[in-house]
Amino acid sequence: MSTTYKVPIGPVHVGLKEPVTAWLELDGERIVGARVRPGAIHRGIEFMARERNPIQVIYLSERICGICSFSHVLCFIRAIEDLAGMTVPVRGQYIRTLVLELERVHSHLLWAGVACYTIGFDSAFHLGMQLRERVMDILELLTGNRVNYGVATFGGVRWDVTPELAKAMREMIRYYRREFTPFRDIVMDDPIAHARMRGVGVLTGEEAVRYSATGPTARASGLRIDLRKSSPYEAYGDIPVEPIVPQDHFGAARGDVLDRFAVRVMEVYQSLDVLEKVLDGLPEGPYAAEANLNKVLASLKKAEGTGWGIIEAPRGDDTHVVHLKGGDENVYWWKVRAPTYANAVSWPLMFRGNELADAPLIINSIDPCISCMERMMVTDGRGDPRVVTRAELLERCRRKTFDMMGRRA
Amino acid sequence: MITRMVPRLLKHICLRFVTNLFPAPHMPPSLTDALAEPAALTPPVPVGQRFRGRLNYDRAKCIGCRLCLRVCPANATDYIPEEKKILIHNDRCCFCAQCTEICPVKCLTMSGDCMISSYARKESVVTDTGPVQTDVKA
Ligand code: SF4
Ligand code: SF4
Repeated sequence: MSTTYKVPIGPVHVGLKEPVTAWLELDGERIVGARVRPGAIHRGIEFMARERNPIQVIYLSERICGICSFSHVLCFIRAIEDLAGMTVPVRGQYIRTLVLELERVHSHLLWAGVACYTIGFDSAFHLGMQLRERVMDILELLTGNRVNYGVATFGGVRWDVTPELAKAMREMIRYYRREFTPFRDIVMDDPIAHARMRGVGVLTGEEAVRYSATGPTARASGLRIDLRKSSPYEAYGDIPVEPIVPQDHFGAARGDVLDRFAVRVMEVYQSLDVLEKVLDGLPEGPYAAEANLNKVLASLKKAEGTGWGIIEAPRGDDTHVVHLKGGDENVYWWKVRAPTYANAVSWPLMFRGNELADAPLIINSIDPCISCMERMMVTDGRGDPRVVTRAELLERCRRKTFDMMGRRA
Repeated sequence: MITRMVPRLLKHICLRFVTNLFPAPHMPPSLTDALAEPAALTPPVPVGQRFRGRLNYDRAKCIGCRLCLRVCPANATDYIPEEKKILIHNDRCCFCAQCTEICPVKCLTMSGDCMISSYARKESVVTDTGPVQTDVKA
């Protein structure tokens, strides 16, 4: 007869960067069951948005996440542009793509470093952090800040890419092509790193579909999904991006932590290629549609409707839905679905059969951003706690898709 | 065991030291005394061209239109109705430069000043920094 024990990882744990609790059921060292309990870091950002106008909410949405802050900003801005019917000059779109990819590079490098730290490979962690400094410097040169750039605005961007900046970026791309490969080889050829990551936290392709994994987590399980390809936005229409899946590079997709590591590492190279193409194709012209903020505010005050913004953030699909009411200056409601929310559902599957010591690594392997994920629960106020079944959810989802297709046709 | 990391680590021993030991290389016996003598401290790394630091406010030029209050995401600006002027709480400001963009007379500008922490609440309130200085950017 075996006895199982319940052990919590978190909410505060040395292996976690943000508070989340995973209640693990252990049989000896082996995890036989898991239950993830978020809820320790809800900040009520959507509520704060209701007493601010869209321009103020740009900076609020920037603070949803410190790492993929530009993704959230852009997603929010695209939602507003969608509902107000604003257009963005091509140069603005290219600069947005540029910042998105710079952010992807820095996010993946940070994650790769932290993953090494989680398996106790501290020297590689420091190497990763050292590599990341270069892209942070470029972001600082371009936007003035290392995080929370404040670079996007409705109808374009706020700062231009000067020729000197473009030169510095090309130099950065060369630096990474030269210096990133040793880092990749150090980790991917290391027998201990292999032992810690191979076969750990497996999520099969079929499970990834069933549990709606997104971004690198889904791609590591072999799913060819990338919004930059399936629904191009900004400059991705001009710059084709192929989803990176492990079977193309290593023969098979195992969906374990090493595959997630490999996918992110390959995506850094892909981002460098995209950055180069953006710099090559950067068109001349204005980078913002409307410089007068008063006019922007006035036009947004008149706008009414619901807008959507969906982009491929470094961690997966990021979705923002915003509603503005005509005549009301403030945001009426705003819904954020951060990628971690979709990926965290797969945690219990990844834990199966692994050892307790691997739990922090598995949690970190989806690159979680807990505070981005923690969103409000909706109640209709009548206290009717109803569970929506999977079939019903699918039905609603299809209906909504048809509605949207009809609207855009 | 010889791994690929070992030659890397050996190489790093002879690399230049890059960390800026700010504000002092070692913990001084008394931090309060050390901070009282700014000349003895290690200066911070210079800020970038587009860095946005503490706000400069040209009070005389301000026309009291309150547009800056309307766009400030952090509610860092306060309006003084009697004087038709504003004041800026630096400790709340998130340095987004939105107010400098909307101000019709451009009396708000971002400075490159990043050393703005202070124990005294009053020191982080900007009421007037005089006419626009030269270290500012648009
Ligand atoms: S810089 Fe931004 S946060 Fe600071 S006072 Fe101006 S608008 Fe407010
Ligand atoms: S926007 Fe400029 S002129 Fe108007 S109140 Fe603010 S600081 Fe004064």
